[in-house]
Amino acid sequence: MNSLRKFFDKIKPNFEEGGKLHAFRSLYDGFETFAFVPNTTAGRAGTHVHDAIDSKRIMSLVVIALVPALLFGMYNVGYQNALAAGQLENASFWGMFWFGFLAVLPKIIVSYVVGLGIEFTVAQWKNEEIHEGFLVSGIIIPMIVPVNTPLWMLAIATAFAVIFAKEIFGGTGMNIFNVALITRAFLFFSYPSSMTGDDTVWVAQHTICGLGFNVPDTFSAATPLGEIAAGATALSSSFCDQVCGFIPGSIGETSVIAIALGAILLLWTGVASWKTMLSVFVGGALTAWLYNALGLSPLDACQHIVLGGFCFGAVFMATDPVTSARTEGGKWVYGFMIGFVAVTVRVLNPGYPEGMMLAILLMNLFAPLIDYCFVSRNISKRAKRATKN
Amino acid sequence: MSMFSKANKEALINPLNLNNPVVVQVLGICSALAVTAKLEPAIVMGLSVTIITAFSNLIISLIRNSIPNRIRIIVQLVVVAALVTIVSQVLKAFAYDVSVQLSVYVGLIITNCILMGRLEAFAMMNKPWPSFLDGIGNGIGYALILIIVGFFRELLGSGTLLNFQVIPDWCYEHGYVNNGMMTMPAMSLIIVGCVIWAHRAYNKDLQ
Repeated sequence: MNSLRKFFDKIKPNFEEGGKLHAFRSLYDGFETFAFVPNTTAGRAGTHVHDAIDSKRIMSLVVIALVPALLFGMYNVGYQNALAAGQLENASFWGMFWFGFLAVLPKIIVSYVVGLGIEFTVAQWKNEEIHEGFLVSGIIIPMIVPVNTPLWMLAIATAFAVIFAKEIFGGTGMNIFNVALITRAFLFFSYPSSMTGDDTVWVAQHTICGLGFNVPDTFSAATPLGEIAAGATALSSSFCDQVCGFIPGSIGETSVIAIALGAILLLWTGVASWKTMLSVFVGGALTAWLYNALGLSPLDACQHIVLGGFCFGAVFMATDPVTSARTEGGKWVYGFMIGFVAVTVRVLNPGYPEGMMLAILLMNLFAPLIDYCFVSRNISKRAKRATKN
Repeated sequence: MSMFSKANKEALINPLNLNNPVVVQVLGICSALAVTAKLEPAIVMGLSVTIITAFSNLIISLIRNSIPNRIRIIVQLVVVAALVTIVSQVLKAFAYDVSVQLSVYVGLIITNCILMGRLEAFAMMNKPWPSFLDGIGNGIGYALILIIVGFFRELLGSGTLLNFQVIPDWCYEHGYVNNGMMTMPAMSLIIVGCVIWAHRAYNKDLQ
């Protein structure tokens, strides 16, 4: 830490007025305030302190909470590759992990370079401070796409999402929709064959730097939800594998255990709202139970929650403080409806095996309305109380 | 008054830029979304609307003094409907493929806000010649935006322009994929938004 502080202090003069790298001052500010709490305090007038930690500290906590799911996702990429090649007994743990690491790393780099590049350009251009919101989106984006997504698609989708879902609304904290999910939605609707299509996208097929195994390009492995959408009545993977995450799927979404570790950190530090998180699970479970009882879905409530992006969405995206409902009562409605819509899309719409993305985006849209209803209900309640006395 | 006096020129030129019916008045958005997946129907649609706006403006302007005020909308509708039917039949006779692509949207020109807007706002209180020019100007202003949107949607969504392939095969061989969302109406709304953005950034007084 100390050496990092010294490094920042050492390069600081370059970025100050008159320094040779003055043009990149917002870049420097962005990284310095991300690494260390800024040394300045708010002005005297018009500032309201909500909390002792600022949003950059919250962001870095979320990034830390995402790390278990990311690391497991890397391992699972290697595991699925070895499994597909039939070489599982010849593959070592570290071999599989490094293969996955090399497969995922370019996506993380592309997502950050494109997203932060746009953010920094806009900040520099408008002469504003760097917005820190992309630090979380940038790590979530590679985690919610299939491992075979081409990098150029990821770059276009990230640029689209940052510009059209965030910057035109006024930047971090102003966006209506979750930026990472807009990226995924853009990919999903623009390049359907590369996102779910023919089920060849979920398993990495080629060796990277001598690691991993070559699998025929036509090798296909469906996600459990994809199998159900294709008409299967029983899953090919065991429930234990589904909980641990040894199934094909988007990079970070498969392991419930790794996501639970992140969820514990988020709940323990109070960064994510337990009300939203709990109500997503309650809504999803009740709806899934209902569809199962009606015979519409072969999956029971447990499986619906464990499979696909349900857990990942519930823990890391539904609880996004910017796009979710902010009133305490509203959080229950908001979360419940996400669970309900997600399972409904899965069961009733044969075109979309997974409904979590669409559910969260839809409820993002309704969050302000939910808040409005709760706020006006509170106002009228108080008005009644005041007039009664 | 000469044929191309200053006022007449303005009636023709203004709708192309500073008073564009689509990007400034935000009228006729609906059909701009529906017919612009390809460039060809966009051009045909733009031409049809130009012709219909021009002639309905001319006809209404000719009879503007004899239209009873209380039933003027009905009279306007009859004139527009007659012209729309003529254009629709001509398209079916001479450009059948395009008329199939445009399907109901040719018939729906009758509900296009630009038409009724120009009739009410201009033709009812101006002489025939300026009204005709105003109609042509607004039609072309509408067609311009349709062509811009259609250009980007066809280029990025299908890799073609006027059905000629413009994105070379080696791009596809190296992994390029057409953007499927460009062929959906949602994306044309975003493109129209971008056009409005660029237009207002350029014309500061519109902001």
